[in-house]
Amino acid sequence: MTDFVQLWVYLASTPLFGLNATLVVYVLALAFYNRMRQAPWANPVLWSLVVLGAGLQATGTAYPTYFAGAQFIHFLLGPAVVALAWPLWQRRTELRARWGRFTLAAVIGGAAAAGSAVGLAWALGLPAEVVLSLAPKSVTAPVAMGIADKVGGLPSLAAVFAVLTGLVGALSAKPLFALLGIGTDATGWMARGFALGTAAHGIGAARALQVNADAGAWAALALGLQVVTAALLIPLAARWF
Amino acid sequence: MQVLQGLAILLTLQSVGEALSRLLHLPYPGPVIGMVLLLCALRWRAVQERVQTVAQFLLGHLSLLFVPVGVGVITQFGVVAEHGLRLLVVIVVSTWVGLAVTALVLRRLMRGDPPPGGAP
Repeated sequence: MTDFVQLWVYLASTPLFGLNATLVVYVLALAFYNRMRQAPWANPVLWSLVVLGAGLQATGTAYPTYFAGAQFIHFLLGPAVVALAWPLWQRRTELRARWGRFTLAAVIGGAAAAGSAVGLAWALGLPAEVVLSLAPKSVTAPVAMGIADKVGGLPSLAAVFAVLTGLVGALSAKPLFALLGIGTDATGWMARGFALGTAAHGIGAARALQVNADAGAWAALALGLQVVTAALLIPLAARWF
Repeated sequence: MQVLQGLAILLTLQSVGEALSRLLHLPYPGPVIGMVLLLCALRWRAVQERVQTVAQFLLGHLSLLFVPVGVGVITQFGVVAEHGLRLLVVIVVSTWVGLAVTALVLRRLMRGDPPPGGAP
């Protein structure tokens, strides 16, 4: 028994543990998601977080210990943001013909998400650093952290809000779009995918990609546009206040 | 080999982006600048071929990359619980507003256009 405890203490302290646990739990969550015919409530990110969070709690493992291994996966977010140029490039002919309208939709949608978050938080009397950390919550987490840092919010809080936003979007988009009468024809998938990429960043885009290949491509396009427009506009808008 | 070369290109552009962001005190994160640089570099066939596979792999498994930060969210739930229900209301409502406004605005703007083509 003591041998086992010693082995566990050793394993839990190496980066191998965090990396291995993240990959195994995610692969299992993804298999479960596909088994459940990709129902929104079976979202693989959501269940990975629940299982890993409960696992850390149960074993008394500190988050920094886990992150020592998980950071190898986290690190790939940087190159993934750079890689967003690929879907933009693939859709370049459609972008070139309609770039003004796509940019307009991305800016209006992004401003509505950021504006309603900041306005509602301010109206409900939340502290200023929380309000500022909410502004970039529709942008993908690593970029949101960078923006929050630049406008005087808290990067860690911004990452929390970004992840929650992505999960809310991925879980509730389907009934919301049905309620709004957004169809499932080519134009409907474009509107659905583009909205998920704009308002629910990477987690929303990942959901769109799993539901419909076209929606996923439009979501990736929106994600790329949103990263650029939000990174350009939120620091400027924050300067006015 | 192509995957390694593609990853090398992505990381190099990210590094150049970080360097530009710091040296010129730009308000944009390094990876965003790297993305704009890659968009310019994709006009070359040699770059296209090398980046394609690794970009599709990374973006295809994008949701996995959020798990480490997300676990931090779960462990930091105290921060969220501190401001409690108000914060949850703000996040849920603003996400719905963002989704609805984007979808409706885009559909309105594209009205009268021929339906978009399939995946390229």
